[in-house]
Amino acid sequence: MATAHTRTLSRFMMSPAVLLLFLWMIVPLSMTLFFSFQRYNLLHPERQRFGGFFNYSFFVTDPAFFAAISNTLILVGGVLAITIIGGILLALLLDQPIFGQGIVRILFISPFFVMPTVSALVWKNMLMNPVFGIFANMSMGLGLKPIDWLADFPLLSIVIIVAWQWLPFATLILLTALQSLDEEQKEASEMDGANFANRFVFIVLPHLARAITVVILIETIFLLSVFAEILVTTNGGPGVQSTNLTFLIYGRALLNFDIGGASAGGVIAIILANIVAIFLMRMIGRNLEA
Amino acid sequence: MKLTPILAGVAGAVLLSVAVQAQTTLTIATVNNGDMIRMQKLTDDFTKQNPDIALNWVTLEENVLRQRVTTDIATKGGQFDIMTIGTYEVPIWAKQGWLLPLDNLGADYDVNDLLPAIRGGLSMDGKLFAAPFYGESSMVMYRTDLMEKAGLTMPDAPTWDFIKQAADAMTDRANGINGICLRGKAGWGENMAFLTAMANSFGARWFDMDWKPQFDTKAWHDTLQFYVDLMNADGPEGASSNGFNENLALFQQGKCGMWIDATVAASFVTNPKDSTVADKVGFALAPDKGLGKRSNWLWAWSLAVPAGTQHADAAQKFISWATSKHYLELVASKEGWANVPPGTRTSLYENPEYAKVPFAKMTLDSINSADPTHPTVDPVPYVGVQFAAIPEFQGIATTVGQSFSAALAGQMSVDDALAQAQTAADREMMAAGYY
Repeated sequence: MATAHTRTLSRFMMSPAVLLLFLWMIVPLSMTLFFSFQRYNLLHPERQRFGGFFNYSFFVTDPAFFAAISNTLILVGGVLAITIIGGILLALLLDQPIFGQGIVRILFISPFFVMPTVSALVWKNMLMNPVFGIFANMSMGLGLKPIDWLADFPLLSIVIIVAWQWLPFATLILLTALQSLDEEQKEASEMDGANFANRFVFIVLPHLARAITVVILIETIFLLSVFAEILVTTNGGPGVQSTNLTFLIYGRALLNFDIGGASAGGVIAIILANIVAIFLMRMIGRNLEA
Repeated sequence: MKLTPILAGVAGAVLLSVAVQAQTTLTIATVNNGDMIRMQKLTDDFTKQNPDIALNWVTLEENVLRQRVTTDIATKGGQFDIMTIGTYEVPIWAKQGWLLPLDNLGADYDVNDLLPAIRGGLSMDGKLFAAPFYGESSMVMYRTDLMEKAGLTMPDAPTWDFIKQAADAMTDRANGINGICLRGKAGWGENMAFLTAMANSFGARWFDMDWKPQFDTKAWHDTLQFYVDLMNADGPEGASSNGFNENLALFQQGKCGMWIDATVAASFVTNPKDSTVADKVGFALAPDKGLGKRSNWLWAWSLAVPAGTQHADAAQKFISWATSKHYLELVASKEGWANVPPGTRTSLYENPEYAKVPFAKMTLDSINSADPTHPTVDPVPYVGVQFAAIPEFQGIATTVGQSFSAALAGQMSVDDALAQAQTAADREMMAAGYY
């Protein structure tokens, strides 16, 4: 039984860990905040000075800023749509008893374990390349003009690459959820004369709701900061057509060496991510509590 | 006693660290170009002479290298003892006091042997701040067989109009032959290096004497329009993602009639091991527009010592070895004269053995015809042929390069691309406090 004494003791014992975690969070955050109000270019260290809100206004008036925001949202939305719809379909298929089930499942999961840079390189050079790529070969085999994916459809290409990586994750989570669905419930509905569509809409989907919520939440967190795939394939271009917010900040920090501007961009990204998170929690958070 | 193994371990670690300290380890950041990779294979020659120096290589792709060394030197990180940098960084960093002057390269180094154009770009106030490993300009490389088939003769100093005419004549889509291959991949060291040098020959410039960006001028419009039209008519598929390496592969596989790019490419396209067209390549100076400036650039990958290093003497010893006459002879003895890093020393071009290399003379002529202090037709406040040596340039040129790449890909009109470039450049220059 916890006495006042042991409670004090346990708080005392926990404090180093809590303190460490707090520092872990607050030091980078406050440094980012500090730099975001400084006019500080790495290549002109002698010109460092207080800049007020200059960095913020400079960042949001950048012609690429709104393009970057909409690209970020399209990227997140597109990948979520593909992975969830595709994930449900694949999970339904994988749930069937088939020969070699274990191996098939491992094959399905493996894209998730390929590093983002590696998979982006493979997609760029072996699949989507208009001269050497497999897609170009296929369309030439059909007598069509090869499509230069990364130049003509840069954002769509990145959505496809990222979705390919995240599809297994969604499938895995949804498959586990499907397997926890009670067989008897399904049988009962079948005996009541429900066809496949009825069973899917009224039994399977409600059962999957919580798993879908988890997938949406986790994927959104990671997809807001997609970076490696863009750096390796399109470098944000052509123009700013595949520049997302992360890439825009990277550009300010490591191409312009503008530490102040990049920090301001980072703070803006934190605020936007929180807005998205609040909306998400409002919309689907109830599912998790139920 | 339980402590004994721990104590023994500690003692061992101490001994080991003493043993390691007796040897100086130089950490060298370098770029993944063919010549640099070759140097890494030949360093036995250096470590045999200097058994107390060990070398630790960090080999990176050009853009990543630039980010790593720039952040390291600007934050005084001290990760590297030797950095591979270009003619763009040297004047800026030397001015900031971030580089040590190379004044201890040894008696037999012969600084006066360095090509004046290259040496000038790497010096400040008469002091050398980086030693050139190889120097390059750009020139036209063309297929002699296709040129003959088209019924044309390439002059030694062609004009842009001739290039256009030849490209139209050589293009043979049915057989996969593109009349011309040019850089299209966005990046200040990729398409912007080419386009800035090209714009110089069209009479354009980056900034006027008040540092105002000039993308709204007719000269820039002519440049970009000519480039986009030329590439649309005679360029390869997907040109907007082709950089140096992509074009090299295309040319080596016989898919390009002409290619205007770095002079160092000459040794790759004439090497029968990699190139299917090795015996059918001719060279000419980069084209002009009759305005007195040619469209060739000047660049030297160079080795420099950051001011924060602990091993300045050992670092200079290595740089002296890597950029010496002795190293050139070493490469020649192992790999032949054609593979010697070009463009740094006068004595190399006076060597009768090297004069036999087909591209030697054209490389030297190209380097000599570039003038980084007077790069443009109209006067400019900056130094540099295919760049302006100010810290803001790489950021601006990266953004501008994206717009121009989009114009090449056909996703933006030439006018829109130039308007975007002008806005972006104007914002950055204003933020940096030039006006």
